[in-house]
Amino acid sequence: MATPEDWPARIAAVYRADRGRILASLVRLLGSFELAEEALHDAFAAAVEQWPARGLPDSPWRWLVSAGRFRTIDRLRRRARLDAARVELVHRLETDALGGDDAMAEPASLEDDSLRLIFTCCHPVLPPDAQAALTLREVCGLTTEEIAAAFLTGAPTVAQRIVRAKARIREAGLPYEVPEAAALPERLESVLRVVYLVFNEGYSAEPEGAAGRRDLAIEAIRLGRLLCDLLPDPEALGLLALMLLQHARRAARTTPAGDLVPLSEQDRGLWDQDQLREGLGLLARAYAGREIGPYWLQAAIAGEHARAKTAAATDWQRIVELYDLLLAADPSPVVELNRAAAIALRDGPAAGLPLLDGLLARGDLADYQLAFAARADLLRQLGRTAEAGRDYRQALALARRPADRRFLERRLGALD
Amino acid sequence: MKYACLVYVEFPKLLALSPAEGQKLTDDSMENDAELTRRGHNIMAQALQEPSTAVTIRVRNGKMSSTDGPFAETKEELAGFCLIEAADLNEAMQLAAGMPMARIGSIEVRPFFQLVHS
Repeated sequence: MATPEDWPARIAAVYRADRGRILASLVRLLGSFELAEEALHDAFAAAVEQWPARGLPDSPWRWLVSAGRFRTIDRLRRRARLDAARVELVHRLETDALGGDDAMAEPASLEDDSLRLIFTCCHPVLPPDAQAALTLREVCGLTTEEIAAAFLTGAPTVAQRIVRAKARIREAGLPYEVPEAAALPERLESVLRVVYLVFNEGYSAEPEGAAGRRDLAIEAIRLGRLLCDLLPDPEALGLLALMLLQHARRAARTTPAGDLVPLSEQDRGLWDQDQLREGLGLLARAYAGREIGPYWLQAAIAGEHARAKTAAATDWQRIVELYDLLLAADPSPVVELNRAAAIALRDGPAAGLPLLDGLLARGDLADYQLAFAARADLLRQLGRTAEAGRDYRQALALARRPADRRFLERRLGALD
Repeated sequence: MKYACLVYVEFPKLLALSPAEGQKLTDDSMENDAELTRRGHNIMAQALQEPSTAVTIRVRNGKMSSTDGPFAETKEELAGFCLIEAADLNEAMQLAAGMPMARIGSIEVRPFFQLVHS
């Protein structure tokens, strides 16, 4: 039996572990985000009141879903006296709850609730920034203030984005469901895009500015895992593999002072072997599926780096082939840029340069500092120092993050 | 996190309510306060007398001066405040939206500022 002072910690642990799926089930049972959030709050208040005396229920999260549901019905009944419009709602919720619906009995349906919540938060009718904010708040349990800090935005902006997104969901009458097979690929793409956006936001976060910020890369990996548990689609597996393989390099990516270390110069001993192994395992598992997509291909490229014992041992031939496939699957100037850089590493800088020249001449990457930095690197290797300097300066003019600027300044300084 | 919900209202509009309407607003507000207390959100809720009862204090160059009424001439004036505990800004906004005074006036939701002593 727990001592009295253990209970707050135990309840907090249940909150951390199960908040998401409890909320997800409450949204379904109560039919509204607002009511579900109030119910979640009330459910944990009930746990604080009752668990120390009665002990931990057999299934804490089922107990919490049920407590939240019935407390909400009670509360609405009290409020209905003030507000006739609620009478109908109370009646419907009571009928559902007392009519012995099997909503609570079926474990599969409860598991699906988490998936329903993700699909609703990432619904394509919502603007992408609202999808990310809503997912982080409702599924990951971040506060509005934490989301704002992570995206370097004001809390009122994020708060209103969330309010508007919920209103949009309500007004559009979006069904709270996992999409049917026919609509699934497109809807899943939207979910994966949000997860990847969140990851990139965390991945590119300033190392020195990290104090007090929730690590979005870790939140995205957690989301990716949840998604793979619930819906092991090859691209979901590919995305999780990609995130793990990139995240594994985190400790090697910056010096203790916060300066960037390029892949070729990283201390591979600092790479997280567990994450690399898991990422490579997921790649293999996804490959056994019917088809591979852009996330799998990006993960496979990261996997080639993971496999190379040294930078010199990298299989650039294989990486170029993967970029060829990626370019066919999901063409973009950034993929072309990375492919050109890989060709330069396979065949030498003189082979990559014309590709980069052509790409920059098209103007698609005129604002992309990495394009100029990549060309500057090739020019430097070819001994064309003056041109390299011009491109590094162009990249510097476009770079916003202090760590990027310091990196480019060092490169520029090393030219003389 | 802690937030102040500052309730602003046009006093002429408030004073123009019939006795029955005024009493209903009071009852609803008190019931809402009680609900927020039951649910662990309420730190303090307080209505204020009308602005003409206020005195504004300033100390400049070590001298206190006082003037009648609130500092600024505005159409909507402070009529009361609630101090609440909420998980985040969105929850605080939702709680504010549930306050009956939001239907007649407006409610400014502001996070507490944590002062740090040197």
